[in-house]
Amino acid sequence: MTVAPAIELKGISKAFGPVQANKDISIRVMPGTIHGIIGENGAGKSTLMSILYGFYKADKGQIFIGGMKTSIPDSQAAIAAGIGMVFQHFKLVENFTVLENIILGAEDGAMLRPSLAKARQSLTDLAKEYGLDVDPDAIVENLSVGHQQRVEILKALYRQADILILDEPTGVLTPAEADQLFRILNRLREEGKTIILITHKLREIMDTTDTVSVMRRGEMTATVKTSDTSPAGLAELMVGRKVLLQVDKVPATPKETVLEVEDLRVVDEKGVERLKGISLDVKAGEILGIAGVAGNGQSELLEVLGGITSGTGVIRVNGQDIDLTGKFSDGQSRRARGIAHVPEDRQREGLIMDYMAWENTAFGYHRDPAYQSGILMNNAAIRADTEEKMERFDVRPPNPRLTAKNFSGGNQQKIVLAREIERNPDLLLVGQPTRGVDIGAIEFIHQQIVALRDQGKAILLVSVELDEIFALSDRIAVMFDGQLMGFRDPAKTDEKELGLMMAGVVEEEAA
Amino acid sequence: MEKMPAWADAVLVPLISLLLAAILSALVIIGIGEDPVAAVKLMVQGSLGSTYGWGYTLYYATNFMFTGLAVAVAFHARMFNIGGEGQAMLGGLGVAVVCLYMPWPHWSLALIFATLSSAVFGAAWAFLPAYLQAKRGSHIVITTIMFNFIAAALLNYLLVNVMRPKGSMDPATAKFPETTHLPTLHDILEPFGIAFSKAAPANVSLIVAIIACVAVYFLIWRTRLGYEIRAFGHSESGAKYAGISPVKITVVAMLISGGLAGMMAINNVMGEGERLIMNSTEGAGFIGIAVALMGRSHPFGVFLAAILFGFLYQGGAELALWTTIPRELIVVIQALVILFTGALDNMVRMPLEKLFLIFRKGDA
Repeated sequence: MTVAPAIELKGISKAFGPVQANKDISIRVMPGTIHGIIGENGAGKSTLMSILYGFYKADKGQIFIGGMKTSIPDSQAAIAAGIGMVFQHFKLVENFTVLENIILGAEDGAMLRPSLAKARQSLTDLAKEYGLDVDPDAIVENLSVGHQQRVEILKALYRQADILILDEPTGVLTPAEADQLFRILNRLREEGKTIILITHKLREIMDTTDTVSVMRRGEMTATVKTSDTSPAGLAELMVGRKVLLQVDKVPATPKETVLEVEDLRVVDEKGVERLKGISLDVKAGEILGIAGVAGNGQSELLEVLGGITSGTGVIRVNGQDIDLTGKFSDGQSRRARGIAHVPEDRQREGLIMDYMAWENTAFGYHRDPAYQSGILMNNAAIRADTEEKMERFDVRPPNPRLTAKNFSGGNQQKIVLAREIERNPDLLLVGQPTRGVDIGAIEFIHQQIVALRDQGKAILLVSVELDEIFALSDRIAVMFDGQLMGFRDPAKTDEKELGLMMAGVVEEEAA
Repeated sequence: MEKMPAWADAVLVPLISLLLAAILSALVIIGIGEDPVAAVKLMVQGSLGSTYGWGYTLYYATNFMFTGLAVAVAFHARMFNIGGEGQAMLGGLGVAVVCLYMPWPHWSLALIFATLSSAVFGAAWAFLPAYLQAKRGSHIVITTIMFNFIAAALLNYLLVNVMRPKGSMDPATAKFPETTHLPTLHDILEPFGIAFSKAAPANVSLIVAIIACVAVYFLIWRTRLGYEIRAFGHSESGAKYAGISPVKITVVAMLISGGLAGMMAINNVMGEGERLIMNSTEGAGFIGIAVALMGRSHPFGVFLAAILFGFLYQGGAELALWTTIPRELIVVIQALVILFTGALDNMVRMPLEKLFLIFRKGDA
């Protein structure tokens, strides 16, 4: 018996100007399976899915849905072909109810009432069938992120999608929410739906998929049965060489306290309290990792420590109080006190994307006397310094005159890290050091952070990747809703406990 | 990967835009029944064909260099200073105050102090919009354009009620004293045996304008302040991260911008008018926007674009004088140049980038 594949792509190619985003891609996904697509940022995963969903038109190649050659000029056609997409950033109307969101764009007529009634009925059916419980009358903005994602899935199912594409679905979820999502996906598979899961997390691929395709630089390098491969094998396929997934590090030898924070509070422009009394300390020679789901105050913590926003409370570095609101509360003063800051968003903060690499090397340190000659800036000296730093941090291409936006994500991050680490700070603030960075560079960046710790520096690490928190931290603090839920020793805790804390649940600390 | 070489971006794109504007202008001229070739000849002859023509072209160009630089500096901090006109009017006031109410032994001293005074007056006029933008978020486009009207009204009041000499029917100040009269290009070039039209208004301010171009280049690309201004212009969040104060940069960039616009007055008020009259700026503040756009906010580009617009201004005046082409049409041509070089920039750039890619692929 031959079953037609649910989706088959033959020889799909797509170029954006000089960049070949997809090169001759062919895959077959059988119905009733979960197919993973894994690859580094910029490998072409999202482009491929956008072609499948009708956002882009392929330059070459054919698409077959259920064995039939199909052309997908726009998303309407994709929906008609039974394809549903759950985007990384949800496309929901926040102040509509779940029900209203679900019928949006799929109303039956000019009047809403019949559509709503019909949707309510099918929503109850879907909820029963797949275990997708959501209150149809809840306002979307009041739902948790995990539930909002369910609404997205329901939207696709309501439009009778047989093929569901999920783009990095767990980026914004707590581990527990992610587990629930995968349970739902399994259920959908049992009911005969076909699921394509795009992710860069090896573990998710290993846990949930039946087959997996690896993409690298626009090409499909391999398609394998998940059971025939291993995380290390997949990583090698993604990067093209062997990768150390674990960071080698010796136990920390914490010394004197470098950073002390007491009752730190930050109120944002809308008057919402984003930090609700944070107290912590970081010692020389240790990495304190702050775990948490994005948006629980970690960004605000880094920004107030880095002098970008003001707050109230006490921050002491090497025993001396730091100005939090006055004339010396800016980033320049923080740098003068030995605080270096690798911000979470290198494109918005850490770099000026239109500046050349050498200009970015001076960024934030542009008042350094070594960079001046009289009233002018000593551009030659900055360029020479940049060349050295690029060499030491293996930035490619090592060209100080190349504009920042023309470097890959990993190399951009290396430029920022080189600038901050080479200043030999007492305290390094690092936010999402490997977000959007390829696996090969992740390895290097982790090594540099650990090396700085081993030189006896204090490091405060913020990351939404639990794997990264576990790999680097000597102590872990979990943040939820602007508060610290507690500190844990990475050797004595696990993902389950941290996951609960990230959702605001604290079990009694084991003595 | 760079899409096309920098020289193509800086030279080819404006040139092609200009050509397109010229073609469209030619069509308009044909449309009203005149001969475009004859019109171009007349424009070139009138503006570049004699030292008299050159003298006017360079005189206008001097105005546009100052106002173009003013807009360019603000652009680097991602601010759109439309208030060049008002700032230049106030600059005129600064010049008049220095020239009328202080005795000067020699024009050179008078020029130095008039330059400073005009810059201070222009900067002061830009301060309030800058402060409101920095502290209150009032949009600089709105406030600077409103300040143009206030400047015109203020000057009107001062010229009619305060500075007008007794008995004069003219809303203008008295003639500035002889010792403040600036040497024209004729006076400057004569000792070198170069004959230059005596009647043309181009004067020593041109040299000040060129010095200003060089100074702005150094300011923007070589000093720490310029570094901070550009960083802020590219990314405000980045600037905050680096400890660059948005308030300070907004205010300082606008003060420099206003100062440059104000300095235009040493050309039109001190050099040409030798007294302050109503509406002496003749829209040069607005032309500065086009000059900065076309010059890509680079001082050298501003210099070239200012001369081009000087040519358009003077050539246009000649056209209006000798043909039935109305002066308003010159405004249309200028508008076309602005449209093509400023607003429709990408229309030329994108096909050009594609072209370069094809060539590059051919090389590989």
